[in-house]
Amino acid sequence: MKLPKDLRYTESHEWVRRESDGTVSIGITDHAQEQLGDVVFVEAPQPGRKVAKGESVGVVESVKAASDIYAPLAGEIVAANADLSSAPEKVNEDAFAAWMFRIKPANAADLDQLLDAAAYEKVASE
Amino acid sequence: MLKTTPLNALHRAAGARMVDFGGWDMPVNYGSQIEEHHAVRRDAGLFDVSHMQVLEVEGTGARAFLQAALANDVTKLKVPGKALYSCMLTEAGGVVDDLICYFFREDWFRLVVNAGTAAKDIAWLDRLRERSIARVTVRPRRDLSIVAIQGPRARERFWQAYPALRAATEALGPFSAALMGEWMVARTGYTGEDGFEVILPATEVNAMWQALVAAGARPAGLGARDTLRLEAGMNLYGQDMDENVSPLDAGLAWTVDLKSPRAFTGRGALESNGQSREFMGLLLLDAGGVLRAHQKVRTPNGEGEITSGTFSPTLGKSIALARLPKGTAVGDTVHVVVRDKQLAARVVKAPFVRQGKILVT
Repeated sequence: MKLPKDLRYTESHEWVRRESDGTVSIGITDHAQEQLGDVVFVEAPQPGRKVAKGESVGVVESVKAASDIYAPLAGEIVAANADLSSAPEKVNEDAFAAWMFRIKPANAADLDQLLDAAAYEKVASE
Repeated sequence: MLKTTPLNALHRAAGARMVDFGGWDMPVNYGSQIEEHHAVRRDAGLFDVSHMQVLEVEGTGARAFLQAALANDVTKLKVPGKALYSCMLTEAGGVVDDLICYFFREDWFRLVVNAGTAAKDIAWLDRLRERSIARVTVRPRRDLSIVAIQGPRARERFWQAYPALRAATEALGPFSAALMGEWMVARTGYTGEDGFEVILPATEVNAMWQALVAAGARPAGLGARDTLRLEAGMNLYGQDMDENVSPLDAGLAWTVDLKSPRAFTGRGALESNGQSREFMGLLLLDAGGVLRAHQKVRTPNGEGEITSGTFSPTLGKSIALARLPKGTAVGDTVHVVVRDKQLAARVVKAPFVRQGKILVT
């Protein structure tokens, strides 16, 4: 299982990366894409939307099933990855490159509350 | 404790993702489900369907027994080896199961029934047997396995692995089977492609699987099996119909034989109730999600429901089978409720794909 050490994770299988501009990028983990199988549809939230931590903000659908994507922290959506609407299979090809949306966190320190790679590994192996 | 087929270790060794499928530990895919799907449409795929149950109906009056037990008419089975798709109905006209019936001798017919319904089917057939004057037995074969090799090159790859069987199987027409000792090779399937389904002793199935993989057939899981059958417009028991659904409301009128005066279980109910719903294909026009079972369909004639839906790898679009209000017609635009949206879909005639060709636009 691929699990970059420099990312943060959620129990609902999102990865979260701090960008240099103070925003965070969010995608689903390699473990999640493997569970889902071939991804055929990604719906990311609209930029400008204010979201609460844990709020359902998007959907990933594979051939098999639909799965919600949750906001890992509170803030405002500032970008959505349009590439994934035309090429959702990128999520399977490289889950950690296929960011789905970016949030400007309401509180930058919230990021440190998320799981680190070791803690997520435990979640994913359950 | 999940039940396993004799191929379980081979699936695991091949890296299959295993799932609980009606109490059976079965491969859903071995990697990309979409690539497995394409392999079947373009070349040859290999399925372990040993979870399905073979039942031998044996004894004097076997034909008469099945004429009364099945909604399709086994009178049509005149040549040994010929097969027939049929539903078995409750008195109320609901579907107990769908199955394939093979005819070999007047005192020997073979049924292949669904895995999840096998125990119920056996109990149901026992009840019918008690009421019948025919002296038949229904014998579940636990010693057999079933492998399907499907695709435009399936037969060719099968003969590459088993050249000695070519002579006996090359002339088989669709829905016909040849018996060779304990092996049965049938030109049937659940994908809309050419190919064989092979029933053979469980002790020999591992060798066969490996021989067919060596001949170039690609293992495909239940995931691809589902997208292939949906594209082919074939029903799945438990999803598209069950005991509460009439075959006439599940697009299966073509399998119910009401022409002959034959009495069969469920006939009275079908004739008095008639058809109350249309069963049709849907092709998603809007982006915004994937059609799935249980989604509501809004039409000018009222509400319908999707019974099976998926993303079609061949079309690159989402497709579904749906039970819709009467009066809904091919070409109509309807709206499917997907999460918080209503997505436009076109009503089409299934199948969507047959023999590698797209049939809907």
